[in-house]
Amino acid sequence: MGKVVLVTGVARPLGGRFVRRIQREPGVSRVIGVDAQAPVEDLGGADFVRADLRQPAIGKVLAEHAVDTVVHMDVHGTPPTLGGGGRGAVKETNVIGAMQLLGACQKAPTVSRLVIKSTTSVYGSAPRDPAVFDESTPVRNLPSGGFAKDAVEVEGYVRGFARRRPDVAVTVLRFAHILGPAAESPLAAYFSLPVLPTVLGYDPRLHFVHDDDVIEVLRLAAGEPRRGTLTAGTFNIAGDGVLLLSQCARRLGRPTVPMLLPAIRWSRSVLRSVGATDFSPEQIRLLTHGRVVRTAHARDVLGFTPRRTTAQTLDAFASEHGPGLLPPRSIAGTVDRLAALLPGKPVPQTSTAGAARPEEVRQDG
Amino acid sequence: MADAKVIPFDDDRDRSRGAGASAASSKRSPGDGGRTGRTGRRPGLTSVPGRQPEGAESGEGEGADASAGPRGRDEPAESGSGSGSGPGSGSGSAAGEGGAARAGGLLERVLGTDWETRAARGLDFLRRRVTGEYEVDDFGYDQELTDQVLMTLLRPVFEKYFRVEVRGVENIPADGAALVVANHSGTLPLDGLMLQVAVHDQHPADRHLRLLGADLVFVLPLVNELARKAGHTLACAEDAQTLLERGEVVGVMPEGFKGLGKPFADRYKLQRFGRGGFVSTALRAGAPIVPCSIVGAEEIYPMVGNSRTLARLFGFPYFPLTPTFPWLGPLGAVPLPTKWTIQFGEPVPTDGYPPEAAEDPMLMFNLTDQVRETIQHTLYKLLVRRRSVFF
Repeated sequence: MGKVVLVTGVARPLGGRFVRRIQREPGVSRVIGVDAQAPVEDLGGADFVRADLRQPAIGKVLAEHAVDTVVHMDVHGTPPTLGGGGRGAVKETNVIGAMQLLGACQKAPTVSRLVIKSTTSVYGSAPRDPAVFDESTPVRNLPSGGFAKDAVEVEGYVRGFARRRPDVAVTVLRFAHILGPAAESPLAAYFSLPVLPTVLGYDPRLHFVHDDDVIEVLRLAAGEPRRGTLTAGTFNIAGDGVLLLSQCARRLGRPTVPMLLPAIRWSRSVLRSVGATDFSPEQIRLLTHGRVVRTAHARDVLGFTPRRTTAQTLDAFASEHGPGLLPPRSIAGTVDRLAALLPGKPVPQTSTAGAARPEEVRQDG
Repeated sequence: MADAKVIPFDDDRDRSRGAGASAASSKRSPGDGGRTGRTGRRPGLTSVPGRQPEGAESGEGEGADASAGPRGRDEPAESGSGSGSGPGSGSGSAAGEGGAARAGGLLERVLGTDWETRAARGLDFLRRRVTGEYEVDDFGYDQELTDQVLMTLLRPVFEKYFRVEVRGVENIPADGAALVVANHSGTLPLDGLMLQVAVHDQHPADRHLRLLGADLVFVLPLVNELARKAGHTLACAEDAQTLLERGEVVGVMPEGFKGLGKPFADRYKLQRFGRGGFVSTALRAGAPIVPCSIVGAEEIYPMVGNSRTLARLFGFPYFPLTPTFPWLGPLGAVPLPTKWTIQFGEPVPTDGYPPEAAEDPMLMFNLTDQVRETIQHTLYKLLVRRRSVFF
């Protein structure tokens, strides 16, 4: 009798991918996917239970299938693609859904492991914060609203749950911005804009994590801990390295439009009153001050090292979405042509040090 | 590009003066000498990351030019034929290159012998910048930009305007962490920037100073962007600890705004050194504390008054009134050209204490006082030695 894993939020591509991945794990006998909507993608051999997390029905599902591992992925920053309401519905799913699920878990004696997908937004971002956030960094200004606040509240309920059920191994994974084929994060939507509005006079530092690494660390946290590692706890998950927003824009080949901060706030309120695209104040704060987290804890305790760095994640994103209006290659080509106009060019890298004789170089050419 | 700092952007002082001299001498020697000179310069130029295979065609073109160019410099008569035989470039461009080589000869006389190398390096740098192929660390420190642009901009101020004399820079260890503790003055934190240039340019081991700044620095637009790129970060225990653990040289000015915005009458009187948090951070990291005294910064903006109303209006800790500012408008914001001295003192070791020493308030106060007294005494000594404020 292997483990029974319950995964929430499987209607989204990321949840669907994780369900397919966790089925292949040895020791997992059944996987149950739960969501309020039907999944877009095939879940493989997993059972799909259509249940709204905001209703107490989830408790029956837990008891009926004798679930022992719960992976809660239904905490999102964006509304679902298929006819899901606005921000209000998302917030309700995030917060009330988490409350219901945790309440159900508390009543279910079989549950022994709980994994929560959270976000590094819980640290907020402010100029008066340390440059690099640790898991234990006290948050000085709590996020005022939006997804970040949902995540803070969900983490609060999870801490309460962990106190009441000390026998359950609780893992909170705080992901940096997820970029990749299955990811739908606000930042991915932002980077898909043809022209990126930025805040004048600020160049935030950003961290990304790739889809594959997200799936991998969720799998790691949902399984039995390997020797010398511990899965319970709170971990920051982000790719190595840091990119500045200006760097991201140049690598993606998208021009930026620096705007004054008050102008951005004003245009946001105008857009919102019109009912067009909405971006939350916490997102503006992110694009103003940026956020970098320390990932040493995940490496040392959880034993997880992301395979892709922040830069590689962005490169993958760029190659998938195609270059923007200013492709970096053509710009580099322009600079190279400019360099070729210089009369006295030193030897380029095509010839080796031994064969640096001008005649040979000319023959190569 | 972590190793990008080895490419000096222009003839910045002794390091590249040596390189430039060797390049020039190799060019003057005929035949082989030119070749070795070129191969010697090669690593700096081939370290372009992410050179795509699509660029191969232009690379060939460069190859043809390269074969023509240096020869053209040595023997101008041959340059036309050299580039003409390069298949990458047509006959029309061959004539153009011949002209370019002649223009190059003229430019060489005007701009100096290594101008092409410098132009090539500049374009290399430009290529990396426009494609975003450079690296920053967790704190947003852009070493390439700092070394090649920001320091280049600050260097004339350091050398020509304030004529900074740096003494005892070897007191900063050649490797490993160190905490440089300096006095703070001058209404605007120019002393921090000059301290950074001093360590960057004069330290024999090429150390880079990572300054800790007030939170106001990271609130202001543009200022915060430049500060982060220059390697500054917020003066908080976490950031200082992280940097020291990485073995960086961290600079801190514990007086903060109390020192920066003190009235002109109180010049060279050290203010309170905060709560001595810098000592406990250094103790935890086992990093030596290098006291540093800066003379000359006090007189750049003689602050004779402070408009509290305007300060409150703008949200600044003080609003300076100097004999020229704000009466002369932007002209009043030009600092007085005082003569500066930056003296680094003997390092105070902190690695001999037990780990719990960082929690001992008495020891903290004693060490803080020791560092403070050292800086104050050095200031007095330097002031006695100083002939005049401006010379």
